[in-house]
Amino acid sequence: MDTPDRDQVTVPPDGRAPQDQPKWRKDFPIDWPQDEYVSRRDLIKFIGLTSASFVTGQFALVVKSLFDRGAAGPGAQAIASVDELAVGETKLFEYPAGSTPRMLARLGEEHFVAYDQQCTHLLCPVIPKVVDGKFHCPCHNGWFDAATGNVLAGPPPRPLPRVTLETRDGVVYATGIERRTS
Amino acid sequence: MKKPDAQKVRFTRERKLTIINAILIFVVLIVILQLWLLTASMNALLGDDHAVLIPAALVSLGCLGLNAGLLWFVYRID
Repeated sequence: MDTPDRDQVTVPPDGRAPQDQPKWRKDFPIDWPQDEYVSRRDLIKFIGLTSASFVTGQFALVVKSLFDRGAAGPGAQAIASVDELAVGETKLFEYPAGSTPRMLARLGEEHFVAYDQQCTHLLCPVIPKVVDGKFHCPCHNGWFDAATGNVLAGPPPRPLPRVTLETRDGVVYATGIERRTS
Repeated sequence: MKKPDAQKVRFTRERKLTIINAILIFVVLIVILQLWLLTASMNALLGDDHAVLIPAALVSLGCLGLNAGLLWFVYRID
């Protein structure tokens, strides 16, 4: 049922009914109530575009994951000799060569662990506090467990990526990188 | 068959504004859900958890379809 618009104040110069006006006149109204309507409609349109861009991003992640799964691992690489580190000490290394720094820590006589040095929050370098059994990111006070790389406190969303190790003939080898969500 | 213009239900501007405000709230909620999906998927990808990516992408696509439907309705009541 048609009822007259109470908010229609301005009469178009050609005198025709509002619904018979050209599109440009409907899109650039003079009266406030109509302007509110048009601006909300355009906001919905803009949010629709944002929604489309999120979907694009989502599918870009799927494509990236397909490429990542097809890539081969870096292989084994000697990173330190067993005697090089005393218990509680750490050493920085690159694995593979040219990568971001990773750190090897000796937690016990036979217990070596290695992780990315970058915090999973905003990629600040983490500082080893092996004596306390922790790694600390000073940027936003993030704490990781030295034995597992899991998040103990602070904003990091994921554990530190772990470098898998193998000890052969007194040499510690990095054999792969293990990323986890929890 | 298409309805002739005379039979179409026309809303007053006040009613249209109420409808469009309701749709706006729905659309914003859907986009917030999509944003959450994207951040969760990014976190999963960086943690090498590839299993959730395709379902998340499909749900996000469904949200876009819903948003497109609501936008279509907005233009229909115009």
